[in-house]
Amino acid sequence: MTKFVDYTLNGVSTGAIYAAVALALVLIWRATRIVNFAQGAMLMFTTYIASAVITSTGSYVLGFVVALATGLVLGAVVERVLIRPVENGPPLNAVIVALGLYTLLIAVAGMIWSNTPRSFPPAFSIRGYDIGGTRVLFAPNDTFIVLVVVVVAVGLAALFRYTSLGLQMRAAAFKPEVAQLLGVRVRRMFTFGWSLAALTGAIAGVLVAPSVFLAPNNFDPILISGFVAAVLGGLDSPPGAVVGGMVLGLVLSYVAGYEGDALVPLAALVVLMLVLMVRPTGLFSASKERRV
Amino acid sequence: MLEIDGLRTEYGAVRALDEISLRVEPGTVTAVLGANGAGKTTLLRTISGLVRPSAGVVRFEGTDITRMRVEEIVRRGLAHVPEGRGVIAELTVEENLRLGGLFKGAQAMAPQEVYELFPRLVERRTQPASRLSGGERQMLSIGRALVGRPKVLLLDEPSLGLAPRLVAQIMGMVRTLADTLGLAVLLVEQNARSALSVANRGVVLNLGKVVADQSPAELAADERLRHAYLGF
Repeated sequence: MTKFVDYTLNGVSTGAIYAAVALALVLIWRATRIVNFAQGAMLMFTTYIASAVITSTGSYVLGFVVALATGLVLGAVVERVLIRPVENGPPLNAVIVALGLYTLLIAVAGMIWSNTPRSFPPAFSIRGYDIGGTRVLFAPNDTFIVLVVVVVAVGLAALFRYTSLGLQMRAAAFKPEVAQLLGVRVRRMFTFGWSLAALTGAIAGVLVAPSVFLAPNNFDPILISGFVAAVLGGLDSPPGAVVGGMVLGLVLSYVAGYEGDALVPLAALVVLMLVLMVRPTGLFSASKERRV
Repeated sequence: MLEIDGLRTEYGAVRALDEISLRVEPGTVTAVLGANGAGKTTLLRTISGLVRPSAGVVRFEGTDITRMRVEEIVRRGLAHVPEGRGVIAELTVEENLRLGGLFKGAQAMAPQEVYELFPRLVERRTQPASRLSGGERQMLSIGRALVGRPKVLLLDEPSLGLAPRLVAQIMGMVRTLADTLGLAVLLVEQNARSALSVANRGVVLNLGKVVADQSPAELAADERLRHAYLGF
């Protein structure tokens, strides 16, 4: 029973991170109908920058903020410079560009910071809470992770629902031409979408870094889980991404706990396969048509 | 209000618009008629900037808007209701209406005014537009165009797929809008008879060229023209 509680708590914490990565993927999918395979590399890059800031200034908060700012800028630059030229081409073009960016960022990070994994400080203690004499697998830092992701998810929901910018972004995503005819600067909304996504990704990177260690390739499994979570939620639904992330976090935590860590990547793929077989539009998808 | 001179639009080797010239004055409805592929939709899309012409000029209130960005053109006061009812089905009725007034600030119509024009939309306010019937969608897209208080209204086939009674209602609405708000309306229609019933002028297109530009009475009297291009 304690084991079950432990795995559940652990699942909530990792699920929150998957949810954040899934949100990043969903934001870009909604804006530009592109699966951003470079997302993992982008958040790796912003996390390295956070690490550099934390090391030189000793301030976690500053590192966190700089990671967010870098994410915003990186997302906009990537969309503007690399993605825009291929946005109207066949979908495969954008996929190849994203894969190219992935390779580039991994290589550049290796050149700058070397490929040796380095540790990344958690925001708060990672010693589990002591409840009734037993130490549970959930620490103050996990509380922080979950809270941050909740804030991000609620913030995004509020942005889309209540602000003029959010309304324009949704209009641009659903019907670009109609949005344009209503005066919305559709291209700019796409850039915002990428910026927001990279920002969300940057948050996920900083949150997950203490447990995976920082190395150019260490975030690849997170991207895979984030992708599965996004598909689970329907790929174009932000609430779906959050639920998908949580569900996947729990499932993978149980698999890891009861069956062993080695099975986790396989389990993620099994979940992906099951979703695609049973409910290919995901749990929360609103759209009937789908072009991948 | 809207002046078009020698407009030519090409899709590859196909000339969709060939030296089109026409004027649309405030408070008037100009019906643009013709068969499928005559260039009617292309004309509207070229005016609002969605398609770029290879030659010719579009002037709006005396300003050359031919090379302007779509967003810039529509923010100046030109509303384009595209074919197939350009409502955004995923957004609610109210959100669709809000989008229409985003760039007009305090000048924009309150949703309440639109609901007065189209009372059927009130009870649907919070529902996604996907739940609306065809007629309601058409009302929503026209209503949304009005929120920004445009001076020129481009309407692409508002009668498409609607029951005759609704078509009559929409056409009556178009006439009223031109009369009461002083809108300059360019009305593209396949349904020539009902469009001409409310128009001040009828422009007939064929293969991208203007073949007639006359009053509705003159068009209706010209039997050859009617049979060849208007289908009644």
